[in-house]
Amino acid sequence: MNPYIELFFSFAKIGAFTIGGGYAIIPLIKKEVVEKKGWLNEDEFLDVLAISQSAPGLISVNISIFIGYRFKGTKGSIIATLGSVLPSFIMILLIAIFFTNFKDNHTVNAIFKGIRPVVVALIAVPMINMAINSKLNIYTGFIALISIILISFLKVSPIYVLLIVAVCAVFYAKYKENKEIKK
Amino acid sequence: MIYWELFSTFFIIGMFTIGGGYAMLSLIQNQVVTNHQWIDLQGFTDIIAVSQMTPGPIGINSATYIGYTVIKNLGYSNFWCFMGSLTATFAVVLPSFLIVLWICKLYSKFKNNYTFHTLLSALKPAVVGLIGAAAILLITPENFIDWKSWLLFGLAFIVSMWGKVNPILVILFGGIAGYLLY
Repeated sequence: MNPYIELFFSFAKIGAFTIGGGYAIIPLIKKEVVEKKGWLNEDEFLDVLAISQSAPGLISVNISIFIGYRFKGTKGSIIATLGSVLPSFIMILLIAIFFTNFKDNHTVNAIFKGIRPVVVALIAVPMINMAINSKLNIYTGFIALISIILISFLKVSPIYVLLIVAVCAVFYAKYKENKEIKK
Repeated sequence: MIYWELFSTFFIIGMFTIGGGYAMLSLIQNQVVTNHQWIDLQGFTDIIAVSQMTPGPIGINSATYIGYTVIKNLGYSNFWCFMGSLTATFAVVLPSFLIVLWICKLYSKFKNNYTFHTLLSALKPAVVGLIGAAAILLITPENFIDWKSWLLFGLAFIVSMWGKVNPILVILFGGIAGYLLY
């Protein structure tokens, strides 16, 4: 099969069948690209994962960009990204067309009154799990707490919060490095 | 021009999303609901619900949906709404695209860089904070209309935290409860 078509369909399949996004997608991608297609070995996949989680953007999209690039260069990364984005794009488009016409329907309204509080719980749970998994200590826990307070109570833009944390971290790292050198 | 605003807004959202889709929610909320007021908080909550129930990354789903709704709310036809979806989705992916390709080429340099690692370990807890803030900001009188809302919230929290129940089932259950209760 043409490698570009293969790339496209592998990622389209992953995009079309994973619900919940992000971390739910990772085992599926691994199965497809490591076990089935053999495009990467286990170690390379861990590298891909590390980069995709640290680079800005959506993790699954980042993985498709990276693997597409490793396999077939820039063109490959474009094709793989299209594959992973297109299924959700089409499906959401159809839902949006349908939903905007039913917005003022009484039944739809009642259903969403029940769904809204549930959604808030569904955001709180991954956040707590993430806090547990990243093993917050006093310092990192402090960063998390301050971020919550700044954004939700003092209405600071999350962009500024991320920038401040990033700048502090870089200065801290440089300071530590200099100290090591002086020793 | 509305398309340029959509593009630049979602480009910024894509650029500052660290740690995946859930972290993106608080950025979308800040940019789309607070700054531009393209949709209200209630509409935003509905979009998250739809994004969680449909396949694919939550960030792509919300960009596509918001792109469509913003143009629709201005009274344009379906074709222009489609262009809105396309603009927002393209813009949200573009920064990752540029940055990941750049990192791919320089990965060996970053891999053992102390500053890079410190940066990541400091950003991780900030992302936890971002997601927490997204949840807190959605607790509004519009989303929590009465005690029944709080009951549904509590039940959903318990079943997904300790019961590990699939989020889609939790949303379906919320929808059925809403239909019966309201």
